[in-house]
Amino acid sequence: MSEMPAARPRPRPVTGHGGAAPEGPARVTASVCCAASCVSAQSDLILKKLGEKVAEAGLSDVAVKRVGCLGLCAAGPLIAIPETGRLLRGVTPDTLEPVVEELRSARPNGHKEAQEPFFSKQVRVATENMGTIDPEDIDDYQAHGGYEALRQVLTSMTPAEVRDEITRSGLRGRGGAGYGTGLKWTTVAKAQGSPKYVICNADEGDPGAFMDRSVLESDPYRVLEGMAIAAYAVEASEGYIYCRAEYPLAVARLRTAIRNAQRSGFLGSAIAETNFSFDIQVRLGAGAFVCGEETALIASIEGRRGTPRPRPPYPAVAGLWGKPTLINNVETYANVSSIVRNGAQWYSNIGAAGGKSKGTKVFALAGRVVNTGLVEVPMGMTLREIVYDIGGGIVDGRPFKAVQTGGPSGGCIPAEYLDMPVDYESLIKVGSFMGSGGMIIMDDTSCMVDVARYFMDFCREESCGKCPPCRVGTTELYRMLDKICSGEATMEDLEEMEKLAAIVQRTSLCGLGQGAPNPIFSTLRYFRDEYVAHIVDRVCPAGVCTIKPAEVAR
Amino acid sequence: MPVLNAKRSAPTDDKRWKIVETRMRRLGDRPEALIEALHAAQEAFGFLDDDALQYVSDILGVPPSKVYGVATFYSFFTLKPQGEHTCVVCMGTACYINGAKDILAGLHDKYGIKPRQTTADNKLSLLTARCVGACSLAPAVIIDGEAQGKIKPDELIARLEAM
Ligand SMILES: Cc1cc2nc3c(=O)[nH]c(=O)nc-3n(C[C@H](O)[C@H](O)[C@H](O)COP(=O)(O)O)c2cc1C
Ligand code: FES
Repeated sequence: MSEMPAARPRPRPVTGHGGAAPEGPARVTASVCCAASCVSAQSDLILKKLGEKVAEAGLSDVAVKRVGCLGLCAAGPLIAIPETGRLLRGVTPDTLEPVVEELRSARPNGHKEAQEPFFSKQVRVATENMGTIDPEDIDDYQAHGGYEALRQVLTSMTPAEVRDEITRSGLRGRGGAGYGTGLKWTTVAKAQGSPKYVICNADEGDPGAFMDRSVLESDPYRVLEGMAIAAYAVEASEGYIYCRAEYPLAVARLRTAIRNAQRSGFLGSAIAETNFSFDIQVRLGAGAFVCGEETALIASIEGRRGTPRPRPPYPAVAGLWGKPTLINNVETYANVSSIVRNGAQWYSNIGAAGGKSKGTKVFALAGRVVNTGLVEVPMGMTLREIVYDIGGGIVDGRPFKAVQTGGPSGGCIPAEYLDMPVDYESLIKVGSFMGSGGMIIMDDTSCMVDVARYFMDFCREESCGKCPPCRVGTTELYRMLDKICSGEATMEDLEEMEKLAAIVQRTSLCGLGQGAPNPIFSTLRYFRDEYVAHIVDRVCPAGVCTIKPAEVAR
Repeated sequence: MPVLNAKRSAPTDDKRWKIVETRMRRLGDRPEALIEALHAAQEAFGFLDDDALQYVSDILGVPPSKVYGVATFYSFFTLKPQGEHTCVVCMGTACYINGAKDILAGLHDKYGIKPRQTTADNKLSLLTARCVGACSLAPAVIIDGEAQGKIKPDELIARLEAM
């Protein structure tokens, strides 16, 4: 195979892992999704076999390429043909003949992606390379504008100018609370003490959320570049990525990416031939949800039990080893290089409907929706557009009941709010929370009391045990919800539960306990009748809960 | 085998201890390497026994009580050996509302085990996870490290029976 010149302006076909690369420019490319969801349905085998079959068929102008997440995970394993906008769904290793035939006759038509609302209504910033580039190939990343932003920052901007640019972009933390990213960077930069550290929070603990996993598996260099720019802006020289151990593919891709970036001079000393030095290590989580909380995460990197501590001091002032530490989420870093390349104004113009929320947000659509998968939309898009236009509506045409956002600290939003814009402030107004971006869509087969019990069970098990309101409170709330679900509770119990929930919210040490009662509050706010049905009528309207027969219960 | 420093040598001459030793050395044998060391030991041996905890404690200079505290705090670590095969059932939100409970019930009916238990013949260990990130293919399970989505209880049992 001939060596390709390093900086080709167009996507470079990839070989070496079962793909196939043509001798000259490719007429068409078969981009095989090799992110976790499709890999779990054997897409790695598909990649290898398709490469062999394309070679056997003598299709010398067809490239077969490994790419990251193509978004529409529900229909996987997926193969995209970016020159014709075709998306082949449900491919299996034994049904590759029609794929080869399609590749043989395909003619480029100027369409880049499938012409359907799932794709056309999205705006891609953090996920712009996802499904396009080979996630492990640093040259492919650079051929798509990768590391331009870092070079630009190192050669023509001061750290203060970088911070200002991020501040003006309006970017806010994508890990949950939505704190202003530029403001946080400025606090770290001004904090006394050295060295300073940069941490990437890749713990992604919310169940039903997989945005960060997809970003890491599909475009890991983007996260490394974002972290390097952040390190320059706050004058740090060491970084950590704290990634949950449940994501082995993401961890493997990160480690490969870090090695390649070190070799290519984008990590380590004298980055991009300047005197800026920065290096990154990966640290594995070990299955504790609370370690997504920043002070617990820092304790875990230090090799200790992941228990949070009271803030202030915030990590920006006293974080890892007591030093000023910047901690941001994966998706937050993934936006940075695009903002630098295109300018703050460009970014803040996206998502104008989102008020104080600028830019885009990546959501993981899951649950009872047709198009489960990964989407990136401008802030302020309505829930209805996300669920129905992009998500394709509810499975089997059933009625929409609620969408759960914000994970265990979030809430359930009922159908009457389908036309609300999705942004940080609007979600809080309806009693939910942006969280990290999981959207779980529920239909009439879900019982909202059962859902509240589910989340309380989660918080009860994940409570680190340090503070009593959370440790004891979540267990007690769980017990009360369980009593309601089995038809054994009275209206007085319900009242008690509401009181206790308010105490837990007010007095817990960290966000886990403070947020734990939220699912109760939001389901009570919109679905109180379901609680009452369990208590007074002793029926579960959704038919989920097993109500104990009256003579046993009373 | 000549033992130079009794406290710091591996519990047995099993080669897998080398992996653990290397991982700790790369992090300077410092206390903060604790979680990485436990990961290495569990990857190598499948679970953490007293020998492993003691060895890590000796090398990193972390008191055994702290090592034990960390090993039991994080649910990813297990102090019990697993069966020949493991089946992890995701109990994340997407899987929960898409039938994860039915999967657990099906496995209980068939094998009589609940999460964190192993069958009497030591063939199968059942575990649960908080979310394995395959939410779009809910319900998801992981059989011997391989994720499998959109699975029904009877399909899962058929797969387990075939192993
Ligand atoms: C219980 C709890 C769990 C959290 N889990 C995560 C998580 O999994 N990922 C994440 O990025 N942030 C998580 N956070 C938020 C972090 O504490 C922190 O605010 C965030 O990483 C900051 O990054 P950002 O400003 O870029 O959002 C969690 C917070 C709490 C209280
Ligand atoms: S909820 Fe099961 S994989 Fe995420």
